[in-house]
Amino acid sequence: MSDHTTAPTLVRDLLGSCPAPFNGYDRVLLGHGSGGRLSHDLITGVFLPALRNAVLERLEDQATCAVPGFADHRLALTTDSFVVRPIFFPGGDIGRLAVHGTINDLAVGGARPLFLTAAFILEEGLSLDDLRRVVGSMKAAADEAGVVIVAGDTKVVDRGKGDQIFITTTAVGLVPAGRALSAGNARPGDRVIVSGTIGDHGMAIMSVREGLEFETTLESDTAALHELTEAMLQASDGIRAMRDPTRGGVSSALNEIAIASNVGVELIETTIPVREPVRGACEILGLDPLYVANEGKLVAIVAAAAADVVVAAMREHPLGRQASIIGEITSEHPRTVVLRSVAGGARVVPMLAGEQLPRIC
Amino acid sequence: MKYLDEFRDGRTVKRLVRAIERRVTRRWTIMEVCGGQTHTIVKYGIDEVLPDDIELVHGPGCPVCVTALETLDRAHAIASRPGVTFCSFGDMLRVPGSRADLLQLKSQGADVRIVYSPLDALQVAAANPTRQVVFFAIGFETTAPANAMAVAMAARRGLTNFSVLVSHVLVPPAIAAILDAPDNRVQAFLGPGHVCTVVGYAEYEPLVLRYRVPIVVTGFEPVDMLEGILMTVEQLEAGEARLENQYSRVVAREGNRASVALIHEIFEVCDRKWRGVGAIPESGWRLREAYRDFDAERRFDVKTIETSESSVCISGEILRGLKKPHDCPAFGRDCTPDTPLGATMVSSEGACAAYFHYGRMAQPVITT
Amino acid sequence: MCLGIPGRVIETFREHGILMGKVDFGGVKKRVCLDHVADAAPGDYVLVHVGFALAKIDESEAHRVFEFLDSMEQLGELDEIP
Repeated sequence: MSDHTTAPTLVRDLLGSCPAPFNGYDRVLLGHGSGGRLSHDLITGVFLPALRNAVLERLEDQATCAVPGFADHRLALTTDSFVVRPIFFPGGDIGRLAVHGTINDLAVGGARPLFLTAAFILEEGLSLDDLRRVVGSMKAAADEAGVVIVAGDTKVVDRGKGDQIFITTTAVGLVPAGRALSAGNARPGDRVIVSGTIGDHGMAIMSVREGLEFETTLESDTAALHELTEAMLQASDGIRAMRDPTRGGVSSALNEIAIASNVGVELIETTIPVREPVRGACEILGLDPLYVANEGKLVAIVAAAAADVVVAAMREHPLGRQASIIGEITSEHPRTVVLRSVAGGARVVPMLAGEQLPRIC
Repeated sequence: MKYLDEFRDGRTVKRLVRAIERRVTRRWTIMEVCGGQTHTIVKYGIDEVLPDDIELVHGPGCPVCVTALETLDRAHAIASRPGVTFCSFGDMLRVPGSRADLLQLKSQGADVRIVYSPLDALQVAAANPTRQVVFFAIGFETTAPANAMAVAMAARRGLTNFSVLVSHVLVPPAIAAILDAPDNRVQAFLGPGHVCTVVGYAEYEPLVLRYRVPIVVTGFEPVDMLEGILMTVEQLEAGEARLENQYSRVVAREGNRASVALIHEIFEVCDRKWRGVGAIPESGWRLREAYRDFDAERRFDVKTIETSESSVCISGEILRGLKKPHDCPAFGRDCTPDTPLGATMVSSEGACAAYFHYGRMAQPVITT
Repeated sequence: MCLGIPGRVIETFREHGILMGKVDFGGVKKRVCLDHVADAAPGDYVLVHVGFALAKIDESEAHRVFEFLDSMEQLGELDEIP
């Protein structure tokens, strides 16, 4: 029996909710890490009940906390883990990814990132040259972003017990008073904006694993987004929410917003930017770019009147050149994301269950 | 992308829909055979843009869905053996056998790998001479040339650590089984475009003559499907029953001669059990005796396990186009893509999985 | 029912005695077995399923449906039904 409390309302309202606890699985599956519904089930079924508190419950990308005696800003904190394989991939490496990904979790909450920590779990036998490369890459990424890696830890596990390197990070930043972005803020009429082409990172990783050759390299889009988000927030106070659509893709991010705000999302297929080679790779493997991970993109929910101003501000920035309005928030079909296809018909875009698997059919 | 974009063009779609609207004068029930065609219909909302008079029913053309439970259990038993590297298409990983699925076995330590092509599995065998590499060779006729090539190459290269677990199924016997059923409602078929690319469509001509139903070999993009539907409707309205080829940019009557020849060399016809439908005589392919050394069933002595199917599942009726997924009381409740009870929920091409994935809980939920 | 997608042949070569090719799908190139489309040459488009080319794509046949719709439109056959 699966837990339907995180499934789209469409299922729940029409068929009633299933009372059994989550999932018949008694072991962790790869799908639990995919960023889709299984991941969500793990959070709501295991972590949240055990750790429950008011901040955690909001399930944002970062935790924003008031600091006693500190009125101008709130503290933003986030933690993240990086287990990508291979550790070196076109467009980046696990170190660069770690710095960018953690910064982005803060940035989409409107925070200015300040400090990072990094804990390493290293597999016995890892080449020190590889480790130096990864750490050097982290330093370069941190310097570019203007953040400082201030603390760290290292553990080593037996050969075979860890996949070369795992990196866990924590980041701290500051959110100016008066700024309160939240996934729960979306309102009917708001526009859905994406900062650029989708699916780049996930397909870059998949292509190296699947053995796809490429002369036009499929490169990860890994990037730190905090300057882009700051430019957006300076341009307009009509930004309701932002998310970085990593695992689970744009679909997961928008489903989470739809559920948190209890609204519907309507996307127009022809407006969603996808690079041609990414599209080609998705076609070959039978994958949908809406479910593929991004590491240098964000989705933003923006008040209708402010949308054009925000898009213009984004396009001024190198990381937002292809910013596009891809849909809007609606009061129809709440808690559900719907896509209007190029052929004119509509379909639901549910949260992915587990891993998106390549298909032959 | 050429030969894709223009076949997904919104304006062309509208023009074809209009042409269909002008032709249709009464209700028609048309079955699309292939799971990939079902996928297109649901993904693009094609049945929503068609006039209400046309009902599309979904056929049994999902090889993942119809792989017999016994075959799955055999695959799982082999994958669990030490020293075995079990290679499979992604689609098969979540298909439940009597006890588990390949993904769960992988989490328990089995060496299960997703491959894009049977030829990739061959490469795995070549690169890992100490492992027994088994490829799960499921599919309709479309996948047979690649599977046959893998076996032929294994033989040529002397890769004795490679074997295939074969579960090929054939479309024409399935269509006949559907048409033979006393409660059949299907009046015409959109034929399987990629199957016919490989083996041609001569085998469908006897079906047209015997059952007097139009069969239009159709492609997979929205424009292909709508053109195929238009051609079908024109025949139905005129009281005709002919075989036509919509997908002529790749389909020829005799198919691909080289593929047909290689398939004939490697495989022979056999009886097959279809999950959800039952046994259909002469509806499958298996390795010929000359190539049985590469048959995983022979190489790994796996005793037949007691299989058990859900009694609630109505896959059989769905595969024959008699019921729709939301007619099933378990649909979306006990039976979901995460916890499939039967054939048509197990793969993203199955009608139930397609409906669930695209949110079709009742008929219809999204209004245009 | 099977995922067959069109790609453009970039180059061909032989390996273990069979004809292979490098095929371009919108900028992503992949190794494909071309042995059953033996006359495929660079620049041709082929239909590929699980790393295997099933057929060459016939350009003139591909245009057929669009020409048909154009002629229907000229005859006023595609006007909205009032």
